[in-house]
Amino acid sequence: MSVSAHDRAKTRKGLAGFKFDLKTAGPLVALIVLCAIGFALNPAFASEGNIANILTRSAFIGIIAVGATFVITAGGIDLSVGSMAAFIAGMMILVMNAAVDTMGVSVWTVLLGCGCSVILGLGAGFINGFLTTKGKIEAFIVTLGTMGIYRSLITYFANGGTLSLDSSAREVYRPVYYESFLRIPIPVWVFIFVAIVGWVLMNRTAFGRYCMAIGSNEAVARYSAIKVDRIKTITYVLQGLCVSLATIIYVPRLGSASSATGVLWELEAIAAVIIGGTVLKGGFGRIGGTVVGALILTAIGNILNLTDIISNYLNGAVQGVIIVVAVYLQRGSFQRRRKAE
Amino acid sequence: MAGQGEPAPPVILAAKRISKAFGEVPVLFSIDFDIRPGEVHAIIGENGAGKSTLIKILSGLEQPSSGHVELDGQPIELPPDGQAGKLGIVVIHQELNLAEHLTVADSIFLGRELKQGPFLKLRQMRDEAARILDTLHVHIDPEARISTLSVADKQMVEIAKAISRDARILIMDEPTAVLSAAETKTFFEQVDRLKAKGVAIIFISHKLDEVMRLADRVTVLRDGQLIATVGTEALTPDSIAQMMVGRELSNLYPPKHEADVDADTVLAVRNLSAPGVRDVSFALRRGEILGFAGLIGSGRTAVAEAIVGLSPIESGEILHEGKPVRFSDVSQSVAAGIAYMTKDRKGKGLLLSANLKDNLTLLTLKRHYKGPFLDDKSETEALERAVRRFDIRARDPAVKVGQLSGGNQQKLMLGKMMEAEPEIIIIDEPTRGIDVGTKQQIYHIIAALASEGKSIIVISSEMQEVIGMAHRVVVMREGRIAGVLEGAEIAEAEIMRYAAGLKQGGANERLSA
Repeated sequence: MSVSAHDRAKTRKGLAGFKFDLKTAGPLVALIVLCAIGFALNPAFASEGNIANILTRSAFIGIIAVGATFVITAGGIDLSVGSMAAFIAGMMILVMNAAVDTMGVSVWTVLLGCGCSVILGLGAGFINGFLTTKGKIEAFIVTLGTMGIYRSLITYFANGGTLSLDSSAREVYRPVYYESFLRIPIPVWVFIFVAIVGWVLMNRTAFGRYCMAIGSNEAVARYSAIKVDRIKTITYVLQGLCVSLATIIYVPRLGSASSATGVLWELEAIAAVIIGGTVLKGGFGRIGGTVVGALILTAIGNILNLTDIISNYLNGAVQGVIIVVAVYLQRGSFQRRRKAE
Repeated sequence: MAGQGEPAPPVILAAKRISKAFGEVPVLFSIDFDIRPGEVHAIIGENGAGKSTLIKILSGLEQPSSGHVELDGQPIELPPDGQAGKLGIVVIHQELNLAEHLTVADSIFLGRELKQGPFLKLRQMRDEAARILDTLHVHIDPEARISTLSVADKQMVEIAKAISRDARILIMDEPTAVLSAAETKTFFEQVDRLKAKGVAIIFISHKLDEVMRLADRVTVLRDGQLIATVGTEALTPDSIAQMMVGRELSNLYPPKHEADVDADTVLAVRNLSAPGVRDVSFALRRGEILGFAGLIGSGRTAVAEAIVGLSPIESGEILHEGKPVRFSDVSQSVAAGIAYMTKDRKGKGLLLSANLKDNLTLLTLKRHYKGPFLDDKSETEALERAVRRFDIRARDPAVKVGQLSGGNQQKLMLGKMMEAEPEIIIIDEPTRGIDVGTKQQIYHIIAALASEGKSIIVISSEMQEVIGMAHRVVVMREGRIAGVLEGAEIAEAEIMRYAAGLKQGGANERLSA
């Protein structure tokens, strides 16, 4: 007999099996259709410059969404990622500016900023995780709270305005966003790296399996010798790390941070995860789907930019419709499976 | 089968040559079934015989592949999703479907609240709920929250809900599986009352004595085939069991090998207090099967959970191989070679939406690494071994565990625990809600483990099981040990005396020996 975790197509009904298959491939099919539409409306869509642009833009949300996939798969939620990114960006700029004043400009200034970002990301993630597990407060509430805290902290440090990176430091830091390696922009490389590590963690390690077990039934996980609190905390720490990586490639783009940085990123990240086929209630996570979800969201905005059919101001509305449709389709096949039990 | 022009009341619900296949796999073959008002009709059979599928078709949750259902003599296509309730067909599932935060009255009227304009008539609903509960002779406060009720009371609320909906046909899936002996007695009285009111009752059960007591007719299914529909008066528990398994059930319990009184103590519990446990002391010897009997809620599960680190210990000590231990979570107890198998296989034991392999290896996933990554092949081999060793039957190994029969789920859970290769095994309700054939298999597995030198604690509410398996029996009552029985003392009446509080004492001195 051959057992394969991916051979889930064989459900009780032939029809349900078909639906489930469609669901697995669904996001990818949607992305391909979207690209075809984009190309048909404006051939410039498929130009190398535009594709590179879409990939680079999707890297921020995509990297954060990979972290969110773990949090959501383990049954949690993190609303604080957008504010956290703004806060970390602000702190990085303050630290680097201070470093420029004392030790001048070098690669080390930028590395110091990056180190600061990683430490803050890990710390912020740990706080979210610690409060949800040991504090036994619902993740929604904890991260709603930290979301408000980080947002107001960046406003405070920027004095209500904008924090700008010292221009000489920005010159050193600039390539991290604008340069390419093998014709692929650096942010896309980071995205690819994060996605691959995420996929391996989710599908080839005990940690990923434990996340799914906890998300689908925490009691079963606890009775199966899984350290539930520890695993859940790690998902938030990973999320924080992803936010810090996304911030590191985001800061050189504008070289500034303000209270408007990263607004609604949390919702875009969650949307990418859900469009990708991860179950919002937890128990089943798909990193590949998340990557596709992030690309879909960016591609929509890009297509609206390139054509005049729908106003660019309706970007959010189109994204909203796509999210609702994706969740509706997911819900349909989920219920059918539930009933079959 | 039965039911051609008798003077008895006309058939209310019937299945005519119903067949059902899921995809390629047939599960029911041309089944005929009928029930009359005021009749109790039991459906029995081994796990996987097709009982659950049959009642799903009778209640509209599944549609037959061929054949049809007749209600009041008319062919009907029952609406899906439990909407059959409007036609008077009410199903009470094994996992009761009640919203934990609502009150009893809210639950009884859920979905058809009494209203005045847009507002709820709260007092009237409460009074009406109280009246219905009164006719059932149960004492439940209509304003109590569901979450505060015992399982038995919740079931009574479900029955009250069914009555308030003028159920004409009540379908129950293993109604007594979670009830204690006393609660079962009350439940029987309810069934008699409903029957007298002309309600037709269909129920699935694995307990042959209760089938004999309650049912007017019995339908036996085996491997999706209708074996017989027979009046209960023509049956004995033995003949039913034989029809179910299609073979002689000579020895349900394997022969007990002599307990070795000189074997060393592998686990000693001294004056243990924990949530639901008061001052419990006992000792487990190597190669012994120690039974834990008592009423539901008497603290047996609480003792096990305290030992393996699932609930905090307040005082007392646990000696493992003579050394004091205290586990703060299951990974520590498993590492020490002590495994606990929960009685709640759907809520705490298995991931119903995951496949067999993921469930089997969840407890011991760290053993399936090759380098830094999980090795699918090693996991698959583990599943193949477990399927052979525990005779787990699945249509397809990729199937979701929630779709397995109860017996196969139980065997999978046993396999999952044994993957950890424990020396001390605590099994809570080893055979709850599973058929006789699988029960026998599980008893033989447990006995084989004991003769290999494993030490086993069997917690069970089925007294026959404890009596048939255990070398010694600890009887618990209200969180304390009421008595410990050995040899010839292990008998139903004696256990009951301790469990009910008629007899106690002398226990602790003998235990801590």
